[in-house]
Amino acid sequence: MSVHMQFMLLFSRQGKLRLQKWYVPLSDKEKKKITRELVQTVLARKPKMCSFLEWRDLKIVYKRYASLYFCCAIEDQDNELITLEIIHRYVELLDKYFGSVCELDIIFNFEKAYFILDEFLLGGEVQETSKKNVLKAIEQADLLQEPRHEYFNVPVY
Amino acid sequence: MPAVSKGDGMRGLAVFISDIRNCKSKEAEIKRINKELANIRSKFKGDKALDGYSKKKYVCKLLFIFLLGHDIDFGHMEAVNLLSSNRYTEKQIGYLFISVLVNSNSELIRLINNAIKNDLASRNPIFMGLALHCIANVGSREMAEAFAGEIPKILVAGDTMDSVKQSAALCLLRLYRTSPDLVPMGDWTSRVVHLLNDQHLGVVTAATSLITTLAQKNPEEFKTSVSLAVSRLSRIVTSASTDLQDYTYYFVPAPWLSVKLLRLLQCYPPPEDPAVRGRLTECLETILNKAQEPPKSKKVQHSNAKNAVLFEAISLIIHHDSEPNLLVRACNQLGQFLQHRETNLRYLALESMCTLASSEFSHEAVKTHIETVINALKTERDVSVRQRAVDLLYAMCDRSNAQQIVAEMLNYLETADYSIREEIVLKVAILAEKYAVDYTWYVDTILNLIRIAGDYVSEEVWYRVIQIVINRDDVQGYAAKTVFEALQAPACHENLVKVGGYILGEFGNLIAGDPRSSPLIQFNLLHSKFHLCSVPTRALLLSTYIKFVNLFPEIKTTIQDVLRSDSQLKNADVELQQRAVEYLRLSTIASTDILATVLEEMPPFPERESSILAKLKKKKGPSTVTDLEEIKKERSSDMNGSAEPTPVNASNVSTPSPSADLLGLGAVPLTNSAPAPSSSGSLLVDVFSDSSSVAAPLAPGSEDNFASSSDLASSEVVSEEPADAVHDADELIHKFICKNNGVLFENQLLQIGLKSEFRQNLGRMFIFYGNKTSTQFLNFTPTVICSDELQSSLNLQTKPVDPIVDGGAQVQQVVNIECISDFMDAPILNIQFRYGGTLQNLSVKLPITLNKFFQPTEMSSQDFFQRWKQLSSPKQEVQNIFKAKHPMDTEITKAKIIGFGSALLEEVDPNPANFVGAGIIHTKTIQIGCLLRLEPNLQAQCSVLFQMYRLTLRTSKEAVSQRLCELLSEQF
Repeated sequence: MSVHMQFMLLFSRQGKLRLQKWYVPLSDKEKKKITRELVQTVLARKPKMCSFLEWRDLKIVYKRYASLYFCCAIEDQDNELITLEIIHRYVELLDKYFGSVCELDIIFNFEKAYFILDEFLLGGEVQETSKKNVLKAIEQADLLQEPRHEYFNVPVY
Repeated sequence: MPAVSKGDGMRGLAVFISDIRNCKSKEAEIKRINKELANIRSKFKGDKALDGYSKKKYVCKLLFIFLLGHDIDFGHMEAVNLLSSNRYTEKQIGYLFISVLVNSNSELIRLINNAIKNDLASRNPIFMGLALHCIANVGSREMAEAFAGEIPKILVAGDTMDSVKQSAALCLLRLYRTSPDLVPMGDWTSRVVHLLNDQHLGVVTAATSLITTLAQKNPEEFKTSVSLAVSRLSRIVTSASTDLQDYTYYFVPAPWLSVKLLRLLQCYPPPEDPAVRGRLTECLETILNKAQEPPKSKKVQHSNAKNAVLFEAISLIIHHDSEPNLLVRACNQLGQFLQHRETNLRYLALESMCTLASSEFSHEAVKTHIETVINALKTERDVSVRQRAVDLLYAMCDRSNAQQIVAEMLNYLETADYSIREEIVLKVAILAEKYAVDYTWYVDTILNLIRIAGDYVSEEVWYRVIQIVINRDDVQGYAAKTVFEALQAPACHENLVKVGGYILGEFGNLIAGDPRSSPLIQFNLLHSKFHLCSVPTRALLLSTYIKFVNLFPEIKTTIQDVLRSDSQLKNADVELQQRAVEYLRLSTIASTDILATVLEEMPPFPERESSILAKLKKKKGPSTVTDLEEIKKERSSDMNGSAEPTPVNASNVSTPSPSADLLGLGAVPLTNSAPAPSSSGSLLVDVFSDSSSVAAPLAPGSEDNFASSSDLASSEVVSEEPADAVHDADELIHKFICKNNGVLFENQLLQIGLKSEFRQNLGRMFIFYGNKTSTQFLNFTPTVICSDELQSSLNLQTKPVDPIVDGGAQVQQVVNIECISDFMDAPILNIQFRYGGTLQNLSVKLPITLNKFFQPTEMSSQDFFQRWKQLSSPKQEVQNIFKAKHPMDTEITKAKIIGFGSALLEEVDPNPANFVGAGIIHTKTIQIGCLLRLEPNLQAQCSVLFQMYRLTLRTSKEAVSQRLCELLSEQF
C-alpha cells in the first residue's frame, strides 16, 4: 500500500538533527541508523546535484535552505517534485510564523516547529496546503495561551 | 538566546537549550543533561504537587533531551497528566511528548486512550484536532481498536468543522494502514467519496488521500470516485490562476490536490463512460498544453509545481496505456526535459521515460532519444542521473539497437562509479544474451565484461556464458578460440581463467588442430595461470586437466607429472589434494573407454530462466518488473530457443550460496530430496541451482561421484574414510512440516522413509531404512539425538534395530514421542554403518516440529477476532513478510494450512483472499492457543518472483509464535 511520506528530517550542515518526524513505525535504533546514514549521504552531495536520490527502496528528496537541510523519504510511486514543494511550503510556513526563520528559531522553539508540521502534514499526507489556514490554526492556538504574566513569578527550574 | 521567543516562552527551557548549545564537548553536554535529568526527577518525585506550567516545562525539557538522541525512561506519566489539562498549551505539549515517545506500555496506552476519548467528545474543535493528530502520529493497533469505529462518524457528521474533517480523514487513513482489519467499511464510505465535491479544498485534499488508499484495496466500493475525481480535476485545470485563492501555489492552481486526484485515477483503468473519459482526456491534454506555455513566474516553485502535475499526468497516461496520441505527446515532452538545464527535470525525464519504454505505443518514440541518453551517460556530473540513464538505455533496448547500447554500456563501464558497476555488468549480460543475433557477439561481450570489470562479474554471469556455450554447438569452436586468445594476456582476471578452463576442458579439441593452439600449448597456457589462482579455481583447473587426459592422450604423461608433483599430491588444501590423488589414479587405472565415458562432454543444460535476471531484480527492487515482463514475452525468440519458459523456482530466487559452485567443488552432500530422479540420465551439473541437494553428477570434479559410483570407480579409489556428512539442513524437515509421510533422505546406498502420527501431545514415528545396494550393511546403528535443551521438552524413546541390514532389505524403527513443553530445534538422527569396509556416518534432522502437536479448533468469525484482539501485545504476535516460493494457489495453500495442523477458518477474514487458522498446541505442561493469518499480496502481479505473503501468528507465548511463524513461512 502506498504511504506518501515515510519520514522527514531536518539537519544542519554540521550534521546535527534539528527535527525528525516519522510516519512509519520504526524502532529508535532503526531511526538512529537511518538518520546517520542519510545525513552522511546527503551532506556528501555537491551543490549542483539533483535533489533526488535512490536510497534503499525509497526515494529521497532533499533541499538545502541556508544552513539547514530538509530531507524527505517517499515511496517508489510518489511524486518527487510535489515533495520538493512540500518542503518549500513548510519552510514558508515556518518563515511566516517566526518572521524570517533561522536555524536558531527551530532549535529554541522546536515544539512549535512540530505543531506547524502537524497542521500541514498528517500521517505523511498533506492535510492543508493553504498557508493562511495553517497559520490561522496555529495562531488560534497561540491565542488560547495563558497570559504571560501568569508565569513571571514562576522561578526557573 | 534568540531575540524572539515565540509562544508562551518557557524561560527555563530556553535557558537549558542555551546551556546545551554552549557546551564545549560531548562530555560537558552529557554532564549538563544528567544534571537536568536529576533535577526533573526530583521535581517529579517531590512532595510538592507541581503546577501545570512546571510540568509542561519539564516534560518539554525531557522531550528536548530525547530529541538530542538520549534515552528517556521517565516522565510518561506526567505527560499523560498534561493531556487532561484544560489549558491548551499543556495539553499540546503532553500530546507532543506522547506522539514522539510513545511505547507500548499497555497501562499507559489505556490512560492515553481515555484522554483522547474525552477530547474527541469535547466538541471543542481544537481539542479534537489535537486528539486526532495524536492518533495519526502514533497509529498503534491499540488506538485503532479504540477509535477505528468512531472516527468515520466524526468524518462524515454534518456538523463537523472542516479542519476536524481533514484531520479525521488522514487519521483514519493512518489507522487503515496499520490495521486495515479494524476499520469497518460501511455507509460512511459513500459519504466519504462525496467529500470530493466539498467546497473546502483542504477537505478535498485530505479526503482524496484517504480514498486513494481505500480504493487500492477495495476498488469496487470506491468506483464512483472516478467520475467525481475527473470533474474536480477538470475544474481545477481549467480555472484561472487566481480562482482558487490560497490554494493557488505560485500561479499553479491546487497542485497538491491535482497530483492526488491523478494518483487516485491510477487505481482504476480508463473510465468506461465515454463522457467521463472524454473529459479526462481533455484534462490531460490541457496539462500537456500548459507545459508548452511560457512560465507565469521565473520562480522554481512555479515550474516545480507545474511539472509535478505534468509528471503525475504522464504517469496516469502510462498507467492507462491506451491513448497512443497522449503517449507520444508525453514522450515528446519528456524528450524536451532530457535537455533541460535543471538537473532535477533531466533526472525525472529519464526515470519517467523508462516506464514509457515498455509501452508498445511509445517504445519507438522513446528510442528516438537514444543519442541524448547516451550523451547523458557520458556528460552528467551526478551519478544518480547517470544511473537513470543506464536504466533507460536498458529499458529502450531491443534488437535494433542492442549492439549500440551494449557497446556504450561497456564503454561507460570502464569509468563507471564503483557503486553501480555490478548492476551495469548484469544489465549488459542480460541484454547481450537477450538480443544476440549471433553468438560470437555474445561470447565477445561477456569476455569483454570480464576483462573490463572482472571483479564485478558475479558467478551467475560466468555460469550463464558456460551454459549457453555448452547448449549451442555453433559457438563452441569460436568460444574456445576466443578464450584461448584472451588467456594470452599476461594478466587476466581469475573469472576469465575459470571460463577459459571450463571451455577448453570441454571444447579445447576444436582448436587443437591449429599448431598455435596445440594441446600442449593450451595446457601450458592454463597451467601458467594456475599458481596465481584461488583454491576453487585451481580445483576447476585440475578437472580441466583430467578432461584433457581424455581429449588429448598425447599429453597425458605431462598432466600426470603435474598431478604427481608434491605441490599437488601433498597440497595442504584437502580438496586439491584429493582431486590430484583421484585424478592421477583415474588416469592410471581406467581404460580409454572408461575415461571417455567418465569424462564425456557435458550434456546440454536444461532450459531455465537466467538467474542473472533474478540477481538484477534483487539489486534493483520492483522497478525492474516491467523489464522482466518484457523479457518473458520475448523469451520465445531468445537465443536458447526454449519452447516455453520454465517457471522460476525458489532456487533461482536467492543468490547461490558461495559453496554451490559450478562443478560442485564444495562439500556437496550426496543426493537427498533432489528433484532429479536418481536412476535416469540426470548426470549433469545444474549450475543454476543453488540447492546443494541436486544430484551431484559425474562432471569433472566432485569427489563424491568417485566415492559413490561404485560400478566405475571401485572402492579402492577411496583413499580415506569419508568425512561425516551432516544433512542437518532445515530443507529436509521443511518438506515434512505439512505432511507426515514420505522419503526423508536418499543417497546411493540408503533410503530413509517416514510414517508418523500425532495426537495431542503424543506421537509415534516409524522410520524405514532401506538398503539400496546388494551388499550387507554391518554394525547398522541409528541413534536419535536431542540437544540438552531439547531433552527437557521432548521425550523420545526408540528401540534398537538389528545391526545387519541385508542388501535390498528394509528395517523399521519406532520412535515414541512425548511433547513436554514447546521447543525450537528438531532432534537429529545419526546413522552409522559399515559398507564394503568403509564406515558410513550420516546425520539428518528428524521432522518432529512443534506444529505436529496442533489440534485444530473451529470457531466463528466473532470468536476469532475477539481472541485475536486478546493476543495483541507485541510479544504475542510475530509477523513475517516474505516472497512466495511457489505460485499462489488457493487450494494448495488451504491444504498446507490444514496439513500444518490448524483448522482452516472459512469466511472469517473480511478479505476473502486471506487465510486464517486456529488451533491449540498440546504439550504435557501447557496448552497454547494459536491463531494465524496469511495474507497474500495479490497486487504484485507478474512473475512469482515478486509475490509476497504476510504471515501473522498470535499465540500466548512469544517463542511459540516465533517458531510456528518460522516453520510455516517456509511452506509457501
